[in-house]
Amino acid sequence: MRAIFWKELADHLGSRRFFILSLIILVVAGTSVYLGIQGFQENPAAARDFPYLRLFTTAPGALPSFLSFLAFFGPLLAVLLGFDAVNSEFTRGTVSRVLAQPIFRDAWINGKFLAGLGTLAIVVVSIVLLIFGLGLYALGFPPDGPELARLGVFLVLALLYLGFWLALGILYSVLFRSTASSALAAVATWLFFTLFLYMIAGVVADQVVPVRADSPAEAWLKHENLRDFILRFSPVALFEEATLPILVPSYRGLSLLALLMQPGVPTNPLPLGQSLLVGWPQLVGLLALTSVCFAAAYLVFMRREIRTS
Amino acid sequence: MIVEAKGLRKQYNGVWALDGLDLAIEEREIYGLLGPNGSGKTTTILILLGLTEPSAGEVRVCGHDPVREPLAVKRLVGYMPEKVGFYEELSAFENLRFITRLNGIPEGEARQRILEALEQVGLKDVAHRPVATFSHGMRQRLGLADVLVKKPRLAILDEPTSGIDPEGAAQILDLIRLLRDEAGMTVLLSSHLLHQVQRVCDRVGILHRGRMVAEGRVAELTAPGGFVAVLAQASPILRARLEAAEWALAVEEPRPGELQVTLAEEGRPELLRFAAEEGALLLELRPKEPTLEEIYLRYFRE
Ligand SMILES: Nc1ncnc2c1ncn2[C@@H]1O[C@H](COP(=O)(O)OP(=O)(O)OP(=O)(O)O)[C@@H](O)[C@H]1O
Ligand SMILES: [Mg+2]
Repeated sequence: MRAIFWKELADHLGSRRFFILSLIILVVAGTSVYLGIQGFQENPAAARDFPYLRLFTTAPGALPSFLSFLAFFGPLLAVLLGFDAVNSEFTRGTVSRVLAQPIFRDAWINGKFLAGLGTLAIVVVSIVLLIFGLGLYALGFPPDGPELARLGVFLVLALLYLGFWLALGILYSVLFRSTASSALAAVATWLFFTLFLYMIAGVVADQVVPVRADSPAEAWLKHENLRDFILRFSPVALFEEATLPILVPSYRGLSLLALLMQPGVPTNPLPLGQSLLVGWPQLVGLLALTSVCFAAAYLVFMRREIRTS
Repeated sequence: MIVEAKGLRKQYNGVWALDGLDLAIEEREIYGLLGPNGSGKTTTILILLGLTEPSAGEVRVCGHDPVREPLAVKRLVGYMPEKVGFYEELSAFENLRFITRLNGIPEGEARQRILEALEQVGLKDVAHRPVATFSHGMRQRLGLADVLVKKPRLAILDEPTSGIDPEGAAQILDLIRLLRDEAGMTVLLSSHLLHQVQRVCDRVGILHRGRMVAEGRVAELTAPGGFVAVLAQASPILRARLEAAEWALAVEEPRPGELQVTLAEEGRPELLRFAAEEGALLLELRPKEPTLEEIYLRYFRE
């Protein structure tokens, strides 16, 4: 499996597709962090608690925060690494040649998945290092222990999230014979979860629990809960809900509205363990989605007739 | 016996691609699996490699069961698929190196084996060019090199000469013969062109609709099946007489006044008499080598 892993990794890192997408992510990350640092200079007080974490979550000006950008755009990179993993081997006619070698069939698909994950890890880690570098340069002090720990957890979460999209891409590459259809399906799924589901959730919530500006608070809360419930079907929302408590130490998993209704809830930072607990269900959900996707790809691939003609 | 299969059957969506096939190949033999399109050659090969499971029947390859111990079989067998494909953006060398790595061959030795194999198939000069720039013939030869780097005990080549010009095909077949003679490799190759592979095969088996309809040495199978005669200055009367004769199997007139007659052996004296009586010139009389089609039709009728 090592041979497969290294070959696939080299393929990914050398591909134009990977180069373009990661360049976009790097540029956006750099810009948003740069603007965030400028914000610190204007408002030095903000740099006091968890300044490094803030770089990931605060939205400077019109740009989305790095976190939402990653939640939105990262999947595209991941899914595009996977969408032609298997079917391109069929169209190229390399399947039977490779599977005639003394390797287990599952080593092949596992190697492909791990290589994709490795590629994504390289992207995510280099972005975090870039942000560190810029932060160190601007702030003049390194991140402290708790911040590092939280960033470590964030890395794992981000990788898990991107891993889901990679597994989805690979699943499509097994299900669809042609790379064009699997690419189409991959991009459609990405659009559905990153954009349409948000619209659908809003519309459904409005229909079921209509609210007006002067509606009672309970109605608003019901409306919000319904919307959140629908969104939980989206890995994007799961990821955001799981990472927010990690990157915003005072976050307690309650919407702003809930905070307004229950005055007196403290806003001081939680310890890391507590923050993890807040996002735990979402994390488990994400893990389950990833496993289901990969297991499905695995099973279908193991049963696939290998003859191309 | 390096390959032994008994009563192989394989069903695809209700159609029997293989219908009770027996196959036995000896060590150091070059065996040609022949048959028209769709006769089950590729299916047989995939089953031998453990890439497809038979619906029924028993297989042994190099003493292992490809269904239960596919890895043991794949370690000893080299395979060149009928539509051989490569990673286009990688060079010939890199493509082969991926294969040596999958086989766990140490890097130093792998390098040597790869260069040696590329040299044997005449691709050493383009070893570092991406495969995307290769012609069909070059790819086919690279496919052969791909088998060679493994130094297998048994090489299974599915249509190694398809789409290759006659000279290239002859080169490939010579190389196959060389491998058997020098490296002691057993070779199983498939083809639908008997005349192309009969030169190198020790034995051939002819498949038709998933069954072996004939098997044996090439010389036995291609024993002349009648004669062909070419007559010039033939009159319409001669033609009519020939067409009426029982021993004349086919009469054609490729050019006006010229007849090409396919006849059974016993018709030779009659033909000469007819030609003399009608004042025609006998230009040619030669034994007819049966085509693959005719051979399997002949065996199929029996
Ligand atoms: N995946 C499949 N689904 C259904 N039928 C199949 C499938 N693969 C092969 N067949 C059928 O099995 C039979 C044997 O096919 P096979 O590929 O073994 O023939 P072949 O001798 O290799 O032919 P060719 O000379 O064209 O390569 C054919 O009738 C074919 O239609
Ligand atoms: Mg075939």
